[in-house]
Amino acid sequence: MHTPRTTLSVRGLHVNYGDHAVLKDVNVDFPDRRLTAIIGPSGCGKTTLLRTLNRLIDNTEGTRITGEVLLDGQDIYARGADVTGLRRKMGLLSQRPTPLPMSIFDNVAFGMRIHGERPKQQIAERVEYFLRHASLWEEVKERLHQPAGGLSIGQQQRLCLARGLAVGPEVILGDEPTSALDPISTRHIEDKFTELKERYAIIIVTHVLRQARRLADHVVFMYLGEVVEQGPAEQLFNDPQHELTRAYISGSIS
Amino acid sequence: MEKSTRNRLLQEQAALWMMRSAAFVVFASLVAIILTIVVKGWSSLSWEMLTSTPQGGYYLGKGGGILNAIAGSVYLALGSTVLATGIGLPIALYLNVYASPSGRSVGMIRTALDVLFGVPSIVYGSFGFVLMLWVGIKVSLFAGIIVVGLLVVPIVARTMDEVLRSVRPEMKDAAFAMGATRWETAWKVVARQGLPGLGTALLMGFGRAIGDAASVMFTTGFTDHVPGSIMDPAATLPLAIFFQLSSPVPEVRERAYAAALVLTMIILILSIFGRLLVKRSSKHTI
Ligand SMILES: Nc1ncnc2c1ncn2[C@@H]1O[C@H](COP(=O)(O)OP(=O)(O)O)[C@@H](O)[C@H]1O
Ligand SMILES: [Mg+2]
Repeated sequence: MHTPRTTLSVRGLHVNYGDHAVLKDVNVDFPDRRLTAIIGPSGCGKTTLLRTLNRLIDNTEGTRITGEVLLDGQDIYARGADVTGLRRKMGLLSQRPTPLPMSIFDNVAFGMRIHGERPKQQIAERVEYFLRHASLWEEVKERLHQPAGGLSIGQQQRLCLARGLAVGPEVILGDEPTSALDPISTRHIEDKFTELKERYAIIIVTHVLRQARRLADHVVFMYLGEVVEQGPAEQLFNDPQHELTRAYISGSIS
Repeated sequence: MEKSTRNRLLQEQAALWMMRSAAFVVFASLVAIILTIVVKGWSSLSWEMLTSTPQGGYYLGKGGGILNAIAGSVYLALGSTVLATGIGLPIALYLNVYASPSGRSVGMIRTALDVLFGVPSIVYGSFGFVLMLWVGIKVSLFAGIIVVGLLVVPIVARTMDEVLRSVRPEMKDAAFAMGATRWETAWKVVARQGLPGLGTALLMGFGRAIGDAASVMFTTGFTDHVPGSIMDPAATLPLAIFFQLSSPVPEVRERAYAAALVLTMIILILSIFGRLLVKRSSKHTI
């Protein structure tokens, strides 16, 4: 019954775009089976931090990264680290839902197929399983082989969630995953997160403070590339230790 | 009505009028070209012309047809489009998935392709001829396919490049985030998203390949026979048109228009057919 506890932690992380220091000495521990919200004003480096966690930042030109990101005790930036392997352990939801240019079914099957998984029958079963898991099955079961682009934006985001879950991640990353969604779809995704954090570590970037209050167990507040304060949501929202945190939470800086 | 409002309405009208005239010019030239070749060529177009090779005295107005040129052109254009795609698609995928976007190689490759795009086809032809002498290849369908293929690479590669460039970066991120390799991202996601545009690039390449005369003159040669092997010389429609048009015999000049009609029909049929395919292939495009 015991799955190993994922520990994702960031140690002394610096990220530069050219001469511009975007992350400065970031140290964060992301607790397993909790939802961590990364908050802070626009441009403070939230997206950058998220993209260092699954090394998507490798695809951005001109970045220099120093420090460590430890996943299950292994530094993912270590020489010879298995990048595709580590990315499998992390699902990603982007700001705007990004279905792949294929059918609904193939979107969910994509990850299983590239990772060389199993016979057809089993793929079909797992596609259904993960679509149910993302609460999308009932809405799409009649049109699995239709283009994914035909879904509503909210359905697309749940499809992306199903697709990410299908590769068997330990961590779910979301970069403002509800900012393009209508209120009802936002509720759907938020409810899903609340459910999923029983089994996964969830890390979302959000600029909506109310969303962080609603969902987060743990909060990381960033300002100008630095982590100013982090801790249990209760404490950070009700009794912030730092002047800047207090100012941000009260809305006097944004 | 206020003066400024009236001016702005006038501006709208003027712009609309200008755009309509521009569209009219394009449409009118298409109609004019087709009308000219139909009117001048239709009477000499016959089944015999499409299905037989030139017999003795064809260029003096006697019997036979241009099957040699039709076959040669179709072989040549197909071969060189396949070759150009084989070179152009990997370049486009490299530029958009493999290379670092702001890297120096990307700019250099794009510039090189743009420069090559501007090189006149007669230069390709003479360059190819020199190369053939040097390597020791005779005038043949093979030599023509290579040279015309190279001529078409810049169009195919740059068009495909622009198509793939418009694929949202988030889509690539989504594939990478699932643990896809660059190969898988390139072929299964980026190329698939760009499929309709890639099809259009192919059509443009084919159109350029089948219509060019200067590059095939010294490389493919001209013959009255349908090529039996890739190492045979081959006739092509643009050259057939050119030779017939320069004839002093009026009947032969009319046949030139019939040959032009055939060439145009091939391109037209292919474009219509291609558009249908492109439309079907865009089913999954996001
Ligand atoms: N590709 C890039 N090249 C250069 N600078 C960048 C790039 N991406 C982001 N930045 C800069 O890094 C800083 C942090 O950006 P980001 O992580 O997107 O912040 P956030 O998500 O908190 O709004 C910003 O100042 C932004 O201008
Ligand atoms: Mg951001």
